[in-house]
Amino acid sequence: MSGLRYVYAVCRPFGTPLPAQLTGVAGVPPKQLVHGELVAVVGQVPEEDFAEGPLRAHLEDLDWLGATARAHQNVIDALTVVTSPLPLRLATVFRDDSGVRSMLEEREETFLRTLDRLGGRVEWGVKVYSEPTEATEPAEASPKPASASGRTAGSGRDYLRQRRNQRRESEEKWERAEEFSRRLHESLSGYAEDTRIHAPQNSALSRAPGRNILNAAYLVPRTESEAFVELVDRTKDDAPGLRVELTGPWAAYSFSGEDT
Amino acid sequence: MTTAQRLPDPYGNGGGANLADILERVLDKGIVIAGDIRINLLDIELLTIKLRLVVASVDKAKEMGIDWWETDPQLSSRAGRDELARENAELRAHVAELENARGEVTAGGRESAQTSQKTEKEAQG
Repeated sequence: MSGLRYVYAVCRPFGTPLPAQLTGVAGVPPKQLVHGELVAVVGQVPEEDFAEGPLRAHLEDLDWLGATARAHQNVIDALTVVTSPLPLRLATVFRDDSGVRSMLEEREETFLRTLDRLGGRVEWGVKVYSEPTEATEPAEASPKPASASGRTAGSGRDYLRQRRNQRRESEEKWERAEEFSRRLHESLSGYAEDTRIHAPQNSALSRAPGRNILNAAYLVPRTESEAFVELVDRTKDDAPGLRVELTGPWAAYSFSGEDT
Repeated sequence: MTTAQRLPDPYGNGGGANLADILERVLDKGIVIAGDIRINLLDIELLTIKLRLVVASVDKAKEMGIDWWETDPQLSSRAGRDELARENAELRAHVAELENARGEVTAGGRESAQTSQKTEKEAQG
């Protein structure tokens, strides 16, 4: 192989071959680089796109970034079917095979320890959103029309009372949502070996309607995954005005660090 | 260790996962190893959001309160790090300014002291 080496993941040797038509970043099929007890899954990438200058420029292009992230995830996904990989962050690039080998050697102990921790497990993502309703933002809410008492909404006191009620309603709604998320997280944690609460997702990027309240990741044994998914499905309709979203199975991205 | 264990069908990430889900994991959650080609991915998340905001309407985003990543270090450790870096840079610039100013002040101070001494002498003379 010539060109730079893009490293997707580090795994234990796995017996099942990857799909022959699998491609990754730059449309190139990934290869296995075996070193001792470890395998690095690498792809050859062109220097004109992945050397420091061009890479920096590319990363400012959301379309390129999105396509590259999807290609990276595509390879990790295929690996997750046949083994439990340790996924690397996007754009981990080496000059040649020997660079990848010395990296594997340097970190061998840590890799083996982490792979033991992740072996036979997958990650599931669960998000809770509050469904968008009119006047979610009390500040944006317009006062309701005249009340039944026949007085117009034009009276300052009525207006203030309505504003106060709206604010109270949205606070209560918020509390219910938080309470629901807390309970859901508690019961899901019962099936998980480890959990992570991530920052709520930005709806400008996710384009998901509503406001993201809970964004959590669960490390679940493969054998427990079916039960975990059923549990999420059962709770989906428990809270009117809230939406529960499940993603997965992912490689254990959120649990790849040592800080567990 | 190989796993022939049948998993439930994929939810969301069989091509249908939203970009935010994929970016969140691939950019932010995978293990960080410094390769031979080094770039700082820490700024990327904010960058993508900014780009997306340009695509969507910025006003609408502001209306929805989507600037927490700019303003609220509580919500994201990265925002916290960025915040620190920003504060650091600001403080350094400020200190440099102060030092320059002090240099000018002491220089200017001496000058004005000399001139005032001069004017005193002139007045006495």
